[in-house]
Amino acid sequence: MSRIGVFVCHCGLNIAKTVRVSELAQFASTLPDVVVAKDYKFMCSTPGQEMIAHDIKQHRLDRIIVTACSPLMHEQTFRKVLAASGLNQYLLTIVNIREQVSWVTHDIEEGTAKAKALLNGAVYRSRLLAPLTSRVIDVNDDVMVVGGGIAGIQASLELANTGKKVYLVEKNSTIGGHMAQFDKTFPTLDCSACILTPKMDAVLQHKNITLMTYCEVSEVKGFIGNFDVTIRQKARYVDHSKCNGCLACTEKCPGKGLSEWDEGLVNRKAIHIPFPQAVPQKPVIDRDACTFFKKGKCRLCEKVCEHKAIDFDQQDTFTTVKVGAVIVATGYDLMDTKPLIQYGYGKYPGVYNALEIERLFNSTGPTGGKVTLRDGREPKAIAILHCIGSRDKNHYEHCSRVCCMYSLKFAHLFKEKTSADVYQFYIDMRAAGKGYEEFYNRIIEEDVKFIRGKGARVSKSAEEPDRLIVEAEDTITGKFVQLPVDMVVLSPAMIPRSDTESIKRLFNLSTDKYGFFMERHPKLAPLSTMSEGIFIAGVCQSPKDIPDTVAQANGAAAEALTIVEKDKLELEATTAMVNPASCCGCQNCVRVCPYGAPAFNETKRVSEINEALCKGCGLCASVCPSAAIIARHFTNDQVLAEMEGLMEF
Amino acid sequence: MSFEPKILGIACNWCTYTGADLAGTTRLQYPQNLRVVRVMCSSRINPSFIFRAFQLGADGVLVGGCHPGDCHYNTGNLYARRRLAVTKKILEFSGIEPERFRVEWISASEGNRYAEVVTEFTEQVKQLGPQTKFKISR
Repeated sequence: MSRIGVFVCHCGLNIAKTVRVSELAQFASTLPDVVVAKDYKFMCSTPGQEMIAHDIKQHRLDRIIVTACSPLMHEQTFRKVLAASGLNQYLLTIVNIREQVSWVTHDIEEGTAKAKALLNGAVYRSRLLAPLTSRVIDVNDDVMVVGGGIAGIQASLELANTGKKVYLVEKNSTIGGHMAQFDKTFPTLDCSACILTPKMDAVLQHKNITLMTYCEVSEVKGFIGNFDVTIRQKARYVDHSKCNGCLACTEKCPGKGLSEWDEGLVNRKAIHIPFPQAVPQKPVIDRDACTFFKKGKCRLCEKVCEHKAIDFDQQDTFTTVKVGAVIVATGYDLMDTKPLIQYGYGKYPGVYNALEIERLFNSTGPTGGKVTLRDGREPKAIAILHCIGSRDKNHYEHCSRVCCMYSLKFAHLFKEKTSADVYQFYIDMRAAGKGYEEFYNRIIEEDVKFIRGKGARVSKSAEEPDRLIVEAEDTITGKFVQLPVDMVVLSPAMIPRSDTESIKRLFNLSTDKYGFFMERHPKLAPLSTMSEGIFIAGVCQSPKDIPDTVAQANGAAAEALTIVEKDKLELEATTAMVNPASCCGCQNCVRVCPYGAPAFNETKRVSEINEALCKGCGLCASVCPSAAIIARHFTNDQVLAEMEGLMEF
Repeated sequence: MSFEPKILGIACNWCTYTGADLAGTTRLQYPQNLRVVRVMCSSRINPSFIFRAFQLGADGVLVGGCHPGDCHYNTGNLYARRRLAVTKKILEFSGIEPERFRVEWISASEGNRYAEVVTEFTEQVKQLGPQTKFKISR
């Protein structure tokens, strides 16, 4: 016989509106082994928790059922109440009558009936629960940061400054990310390089940061506190331990490839550093552009290198590092606007995307900071088209958040650098942020023209073959606009990096419908993920501006620190175990486990489970033909009893 | 009064259960005939759970897991997929309409999909009427 206490939460009116909570508590008191049943406005509040703690003592309760919100929300909160009251935390059962009952019906009869069935199931299950002992593990002190944009740089520096060792992994040959491509940043018009490059250098110089550029994560094993991450160092064909960064090789190289840094607007050499301020200042060879790799002869770089650093035989190498936590900050791509043929990107040379324009403004860019068209002319009229592919049900429904502001910044820079007329074609102007509305007002006064209407089409002008016509409906005047311009700037949707899918698989993350990484909770745990010990920061979570990205990076660093600061960590006790008396030695469990937790003991002729490796999925328990494997906390008996309870009402 | 079926759901913690929570957070409305048991992974589901559910009087059983390839435990749902496909065959062989048993892959971000599936499946089971073949009267 157990002594169960049932605590029904109103959650204000969130639950009480569509579930009769006092009736539910009354119902609970009639169920087997229930000693006390109460309802209260906010069970998660201090008085609510104290009520549970008090009743555990007063009624000598040995099982607690909290009938409230999702266990994913407050299971940990209530487990702590049990632990503080001297009760094993695994003797708690949560009944989810908010997310899965009261919020999904308007009908109080239906809601109450379903809540009763769920509660009945919980009582049946609760009676069979067993106390479990949490596993205590050692925690590795180091942290890995994946992605070397501003988010990854910031997180790495914060962590390294606390004395933790950080591995910063970047797939490109330099860190800096998209921010390093920008000229100015809104709304302050700070020079992007001036605020970023010192941080890039700080990363390089920091004694606690191991910078791993031109690297990709290839395998992740282990769990919170103890990840083994294998990194693939892509072949650079330059031995960086010998290279002193003189760059004589890049001067002589005849091979040409499109400059990723300049968004393909110009060429760079086959052996190259992406841009003059790159970190590290050591080159790599682009195999696809290299004359030697293509034709079998050249080796000019090898001849000029005094340090014998060129190594055409270099292969990819793999290293495995141990870390306690990981921050994923993989950033974004711009949507490819070529398929949106109505805008003529890729067809008309006068149509640019936003990142290309950033490069045109930049003094390290292809034009040295001058705004000219591809044919060298200075544009006389420029149209900036907002929301290309975003806020669009046919493509991406989300708002990319930064385009309004960078479009305003573009307008300002166009006005500064040219005498062109600048037109903004927008749906809504979104300027929510510190100093953003003020910036918007400033740009209005700079004689920029605003047309409230989404750009519908870009076509070639019939009268003037060098010019383009932008068509839109001005939704304020209700008139159809046809505007001749020389340059069109598209502000495309920000979307997750093209390799998001593989990052997601490697770190076991979830993504939303656009492919952005999902947070554990949208409000209360925006940087944590469903995979414990893995955190996210920056645009890989959702589009955001630089201030928000930096804030998130700091937050993620703090979250990672809360793990690696500890010497020991408690892990969920819900692992599987083998009852050796019933084990038939078939080794099904050994074959199916993705973590290698079960192993066959040749002497005893039975399987044994290594709890340190077990993650508690329960797969082995359901393939065990002799039911010798017990999935703790989800035993056959417990699951079947809950089902029985659910089906009674 | 129209027939209101009892449907048992078994949802994995990481995808479908979280997706169900999301349906709630976004206040989507769906029929209340489904009662969900949470397991850590769809691979935990032993076929006997399904048979037992029908014995206990379930008119339909809905299993939800992560999309194949997206399992929180890497490969768990691939085992579940195979095993539950066989389970469906056995149910059919035993005289239970296979339409009473459904396996769906619903991710944590697919609250809409969860509400749609529950609505659709509830309607389908309603059409089939009460399940009496396996039910043990008590």
